[in-house]
Amino acid sequence: MNLRINFSSGVPIYLQLMEQIKHAVETGAIRVGEQLPTIRSIAEELTMNPNTAARAYRDLEREGVVEVRHGAGVFVAGPRMSSAKTDEIRKGAEVLRHAMEKGMALGLSESELRRIFEDELSRLPDNPTATRRRT
Amino acid sequence: MNDTIIATHRLSKTYSGHPALRGLDLAVPCGSIYGFLGRNGAGKTTTMKLLLGMLRPDAGEIRLFGEAIESEASSIAARRRLAFVSEDKELYNFMTVGQTIRFTRPFFPAWRRDLEEKYLDLFRLPREKAVPKLSKGMRTQLMLLLAMARGAELLIMDEPTGGLDPAMTEEILLALADLAASDRTTVFFSSHQLAEVEQICDNVCIIDEGQVVIDGQLDDLKSQYRRILLVFDGQPPRELAALPGIDHLRQRGRTASLLAHVDVDKLLDRARELGARSVEVHPVTLKELFLDHVRGE
Repeated sequence: MNLRINFSSGVPIYLQLMEQIKHAVETGAIRVGEQLPTIRSIAEELTMNPNTAARAYRDLEREGVVEVRHGAGVFVAGPRMSSAKTDEIRKGAEVLRHAMEKGMALGLSESELRRIFEDELSRLPDNPTATRRRT
Repeated sequence: MNDTIIATHRLSKTYSGHPALRGLDLAVPCGSIYGFLGRNGAGKTTTMKLLLGMLRPDAGEIRLFGEAIESEASSIAARRRLAFVSEDKELYNFMTVGQTIRFTRPFFPAWRRDLEEKYLDLFRLPREKAVPKLSKGMRTQLMLLLAMARGAELLIMDEPTGGLDPAMTEEILLALADLAASDRTTVFFSSHQLAEVEQICDNVCIIDEGQVVIDGQLDDLKSQYRRILLVFDGQPPRELAALPGIDHLRQRGRTASLLAHVDVDKLLDRARELGARSVEVHPVTLKELFLDHVRGE
């Protein structure tokens, strides 16, 4: 698993870690039952704060993505994502790609598209990003 | 993690009529790497000197390891459990690395030879090298080694990476991450390098004019604060400035830039009601938080 953190971004570091680990599980880069790196090795590999890495694992455990077995380490938990969910994600990606291609055809730049996307996302009622950010 | 290793309450210090600290309240969680930020003259060095018993406060109280520091005896007891790495990295220039270690060891009965070996190895410090021949980074590493081998529970560092190249800075940060992971050592350090603070600290505190202006877990601050950019058809309406929850507001032409950290969604709705044509919400970096809080309006 390849973890990369952008420390100077405004996105909390523990959330960046959580997203990347979830992504690795979703794409099958790491499978159910497989062991994840220890807090210490994450801290050393990325030169980051071990408490922050621990927070990411704590929240992932609460969400049921990983399982912390004391003394043994951290493992990917639960049933693999249902194929229905995988399909949803693939279809969603297609819908958004079409929309982005149309936007580009209108002459919008990548950063303009990103801003529009985030703005529209923030307008949605019950935006899951907002709840996760605990604003 | 909930224990507080450094706590100050209404700490004040005045130098011949000039207030350096004006009621500073600090709470440093045990086991954290705590970044202590502020402009030059904000009161960082005064705070450290007070913590180390090098100065006495005019008012307020200090607790280290849960004990009130009220007397010379209590200060000495606390200082046995902490180590200080000063900005100028003072060492005896007539000694070698090995001699410095042998000289320091007898002062500390709890000296750990295993950690001495570990850090000599990790930092690739040769015992026979003369102290004046050490680079600035190696001096920092030697001081870290001395601090760690004596089993300090709390490390107070004044600008530990000042003047170091990026590779050496990374090595020092890695050592701090390792300390926090393996021995639950608390690290309290002052810095001007916001990038390294963002990388290694879980908690930060920004002080200005002798007072705390913002503090907390860095990730929580990043979760809470938002930069909101608004564009109006004409001048932004006057009511905008009166909206509740705005920490900072800057207006230029038809645009307004807000910093907010409570009820951001509500604020966005209100801005739209006031006729904002475009509303953008961005996460906020530590640098923005720092500049918005210490620069004033």
